[in-house]
Amino acid sequence: MRDAYLFRNPRVVDPASGRSDFADVLVAGGRVVEVGKGLEAGGARELDCSGLVLCPGLVDLHTHVREPGREDEETVETASAAGAIGGFTALCPMPNTEPPADSRAVVEMVWKRGREVGLVDLFPAGAVTRGREGRVLAPMGEMAASAAAVDFFTDDGSCVADAGVMRKALEYARGFGAVVGDHPQDPALAGSGQVNEGVVSTLLGLEPWPAEAEEVVVARDIALASLTGGRLHLQHLSTARSVELVAEAKARGLWVTAEVTPHHLCLTEEACLTLDPVYKVNPPLRGPEDVAALRRALASGTVDAIATDHAPHSREEKEVPFAEAPFGVAGLETALAALLTYLVEPGEVSLERVVEALTAGPARVRRLPGHGGPIAPGAPANLCLFDPSEIWVPEERHLASRSRNNPFLGRRLRGKVVHTLLRGRFTLRDGRLVG
Amino acid sequence: MIKHLLSASQLSKEDIMAVLDTARALASLTRVGVRKLPTLRGKTLALLFYEPSTRTRFSFELAAKRLSADVVSFQASGSSVAKGESLKDTARTIQAMGVDAIVLRHPSVGAPWLLASCVEASVINAGDGTHEHPTQALLDLYTMRERFGRLEGLEVAIVGDVLRSRVARSLALALKTVGANPTFVGPPTLLPARPEALGAGVSFSLDEVLPRADVVYLLRIQRERMGGAYLPGELEYSRFWGLGPEHLEMMRPEAVVMHPGPMNRGVEISWEVAESPRSLVEAEVAAGVAVRMALLYLMLGGEALHR
Repeated sequence: MRDAYLFRNPRVVDPASGRSDFADVLVAGGRVVEVGKGLEAGGARELDCSGLVLCPGLVDLHTHVREPGREDEETVETASAAGAIGGFTALCPMPNTEPPADSRAVVEMVWKRGREVGLVDLFPAGAVTRGREGRVLAPMGEMAASAAAVDFFTDDGSCVADAGVMRKALEYARGFGAVVGDHPQDPALAGSGQVNEGVVSTLLGLEPWPAEAEEVVVARDIALASLTGGRLHLQHLSTARSVELVAEAKARGLWVTAEVTPHHLCLTEEACLTLDPVYKVNPPLRGPEDVAALRRALASGTVDAIATDHAPHSREEKEVPFAEAPFGVAGLETALAALLTYLVEPGEVSLERVVEALTAGPARVRRLPGHGGPIAPGAPANLCLFDPSEIWVPEERHLASRSRNNPFLGRRLRGKVVHTLLRGRFTLRDGRLVG
Repeated sequence: MIKHLLSASQLSKEDIMAVLDTARALASLTRVGVRKLPTLRGKTLALLFYEPSTRTRFSFELAAKRLSADVVSFQASGSSVAKGESLKDTARTIQAMGVDAIVLRHPSVGAPWLLASCVEASVINAGDGTHEHPTQALLDLYTMRERFGRLEGLEVAIVGDVLRSRVARSLALALKTVGANPTFVGPPTLLPARPEALGAGVSFSLDEVLPRADVVYLLRIQRERMGGAYLPGELEYSRFWGLGPEHLEMMRPEAVVMHPGPMNRGVEISWEVAESPRSLVEAEVAAGVAVRMALLYLMLGGEALHR
């Protein structure tokens, strides 16, 4: 059998089916054929996967691919390769490109580039408003009806600051069954804030970016979701009160989902005291109480997805004084390893829950076909296999991203992706990119 | 001694005392007519000033020259910076010419940290944006110790726009390290979120703090802060937080007034206060040279000199 593989004896962690035990997985013709103990290889090539975890290919709801417009920082090709190295089989490019993804032409272009590269599936997000300017609705229907079949809109990078516009967006998107995402940041309250308001802003004399600048928009958006019956997704939440508000909204039965990033789960504002611009990110890294609350919200299921907010920046732009550097960290290649190291190893969040928030959780938010599991006969073989005990220190040579602003470089991490398969074809094999 | 001086928080009590003792020894040499010492002959100091400065720049230059170091000086306007060169490239260019220390004044928080990460020379932060100005704190501590004979237990009211003052941040950190008690005073909109992180107490009322202060340290109020959402205006600031002649009566007999300059007379400080015998403004400037001499001497290889 060509392209038939038997993954022998990994621990299969498949949150969509609730499975977490040792089993064999047989893949052929791009699909899962069988999952069970003691499977016959038949003509399939057998791979000894003892000690590995096999899970659905990871799904990133929040990737800055930078194409079109900033190909010096990242391209569809390099982001796809970074994704494959990190165990991802699906990425959702954000619309803050140049020009912005506020039209059929741009979302189709990004989607087609993804198909040509073929290392991950791309599900581009469209802009909510024209030019991401927050005033006039973008042609959501055109983008939904395009080849990219966009069903998720956000002005990410900017908040939809005008409550009236956000209300209309949530209402209008209902017409296409689409989700509206928001980057919650009250522009007046966050001002030119650079770091979390508190100890770090006090010590560094940098403009403070208070937690409340996020929380007032989270509260507003939830009120608007209630008013409109629209589907709301809150992006990169960073504070304790934000996730509390999401829990309340979910308890009320509203269609509200939320994501957090690996860096907000793993790092605290204290990192900013080094004044290394690699830690400058929007929203800013928060205090230990906020990080602990995000971890609890992840464990409890209040947070639906872990999304990387992979935001590559060129060396020239990041190697400047902290106050001058752009916001953003890159991290597709290291996301899983960082989460395993900072959350799973100390026992704060279970392996199953972290895997769920990287697979079934995000796939549910965007209803992505064929991604996030379940790993069941007939399903596309989008898979990630990782060694949960391998210890490594990420260096620049491990990255495929064009940019180097990854805060986990040089840190000892435990857990490394070994194989990634997109529809039964290896995109990463034994830790090396394929194709 | 530390290799780079970026933040006052890097300095231990012993470091600070070594600088102050050495400065005192150097100042007494100057007083007896020794204007130039051969100590740093053959060493080169680069002054990189990306912001206008009179006293800091002059006092570093004088300090280096009195120790016989060579000084190269650089002003952002009219240099490669005006042509768009990055700080990192400028730093490497200067490094390649072989300097032993770089004194940097820059409008952006974090600039000296970037510099320290890419050059081998010692880096001295001479003010980075709204963040820190550690050598100003050292010269202020020197001035206070010369006046009071001690630092421990001194009550220091730091009054004004603490939120954006690099002087206040470094001064509070250094005061705490030596066992003095800084208190930030000003309108709530100009105070930082967590003053205790800098080791300082807080008061919104100058009148309340004055009777117990040994030092009233006034910060320069930036005129551009007036009239926005931070402050209603100069008159209101001056009425509640400016130091006027009527306040001199409320102060302890031995209490002094300090100001890092340049002063806005009539806003944070009245003419009468600036000219009163309580004012140590000129002593601060004079201390700047001796303290910076001591710092350069210690950082570039000398042993601490004791009284």
